[in-house]
Amino acid sequence: MKKTIITVVGKDTVGIIAKVCTYLANNRINILDISQTIVQDYFNMMMIVDMNDSSKPFGDVSDELAQIGEEIGVVVRCQREDIFKSMHRV
Amino acid sequence: MINIFEVNETNEMIEKENLDVRTITLGISLIDCITDDLEKLTCNIYEKITTTARDLVAVGKDIEKEFGIPIVNKRISVTPIGLIGASACKSPDDFVRIAKTLDEAAAKVGVNFIGGYSALVAKGMTKAEEMLIRSIPKALSSTRLVCSSVNLGSTRTGINMDAVRLMGQIICDTAEATKESDSLGCAKLVVFCNAPDDNPFMAGAFHGVTEADAIINVGVSGPGVVNTVLKKVRGESFEVLCETIKKTAFKVTRVGQLVAGEASKRLNIPFGIVDLSLAPTPAIGDSVADILCEIGLEHAGAPGTTAALALLNDQVKKGGVMASSYVGGLSGAFIPVSEDQGMIDAVEAGSLTLEKLEAMTCVCSVGLDMIAIPGDTSASTISGIIADEMAIGMVNQKTTAVRLIPVIGKGVGEKAEFGGLLGYAPIMPVNRYSCEDFINRKGRIPAPIHSFKN
Repeated sequence: MKKTIITVVGKDTVGIIAKVCTYLANNRINILDISQTIVQDYFNMMMIVDMNDSSKPFGDVSDELAQIGEEIGVVVRCQREDIFKSMHRV
Repeated sequence: MINIFEVNETNEMIEKENLDVRTITLGISLIDCITDDLEKLTCNIYEKITTTARDLVAVGKDIEKEFGIPIVNKRISVTPIGLIGASACKSPDDFVRIAKTLDEAAAKVGVNFIGGYSALVAKGMTKAEEMLIRSIPKALSSTRLVCSSVNLGSTRTGINMDAVRLMGQIICDTAEATKESDSLGCAKLVVFCNAPDDNPFMAGAFHGVTEADAIINVGVSGPGVVNTVLKKVRGESFEVLCETIKKTAFKVTRVGQLVAGEASKRLNIPFGIVDLSLAPTPAIGDSVADILCEIGLEHAGAPGTTAALALLNDQVKKGGVMASSYVGGLSGAFIPVSEDQGMIDAVEAGSLTLEKLEAMTCVCSVGLDMIAIPGDTSASTISGIIADEMAIGMVNQKTTAVRLIPVIGKGVGEKAEFGGLLGYAPIMPVNRYSCEDFINRKGRIPAPIHSFKN
């Protein structure tokens, strides 16, 4: 199973997780893990998700999530897990 | 499982510290294009390049998007044209036609440079190779994307001084042919000693004859990442310093290995090597000179620079070599002047001279790179500088290179403006004493004693 990492960074506001999760649910993207911190009022979230059941191409999901982020004023990024695994795991 | 801190670390490297994959370079063999009919040869070359590299740029963009890592350049290298055109080309102008074909093919597939307008003349020149060399000024002034390189010597063969003499003149002629754009043609022309067959970086990339039909080579970068991490170990011992560089180089190179593997899989072209290079850009913070300053120098060029660079180069290799299954190319720290803001600052401050740069090339990955010199520098002086650099490579069994830009119409104190990744360069003074009688001697310098290893 190829996992994807979604990160959300920006000023904390109501409903960030709700909006992102609604989008993921509507596109049959399964959330495997969520972690979140707030550093100096800045919202910082990471999700590990499984996109295998989603019929949308990766590029579209990435663009649409970025678009949702723009609407709420945060940066949403969608990246294959491999880049983090190769950098941080031997 | 990956945690949020690791994810943030990677993304900060990409966003704030200019971490990127500098280039995916697709090496293409043109050996099966060879024929004695020039028309047919150019058709074959165009066909082979546009077919093999058809998806290169699109695949590069997909990988960028999926992994969130910028891939700055997508490029092509081909078999040295001095070999490919040998049968069909009867004059330097015939070679220029091949250069134009390469330019068209590169534009068609959307890459930003194509390398391999090259001749390998370390021991001697064939008639065709001499014609190719003589065609370089016209080829580089009448094309946009073609890069040219000439290998003038090696540890095993010695230095071909006839070719060194000729290249001094060719560099002057190329400068003259492109004087409208601050002699930019010379930025696309490099001479080598011990040129590697699998270098992904321009201007010196070519697809060696030892290589397979097509191959993916990747060049990583990351001076900004090393610089940032070294800020956290100011004042610490050499052990801590070296360990820190090594670990960072490992992380940077792993990204290159991942991208190389993905590109290879998606293009169905075998993976060749990762070139572990710290390649700077003119962007602020993406500088090798800044790393030297962070190690403890006021400016690049100060006493201690060669030692600091030696240390840096070695740790980059030690960290990177375990991160990749195959390492090759030039691998080390690049020290171009015009492409590195810290180097430019050091030159302008009067700290960095041509002679100190020459010393630095003994311990870095390549050589005298992107250095602007006065436009009235004589061909024999340029040949002399080349000969010195080739000797360093030959004796030390390493790759060395020279990419000098005599900026026509400009002198010391003025600037050459190249734009984009090539940046700008303050024009540096050159020793004015003559070496003409030395350069005018015919023949070659024999291989050094330690090359006889059989």
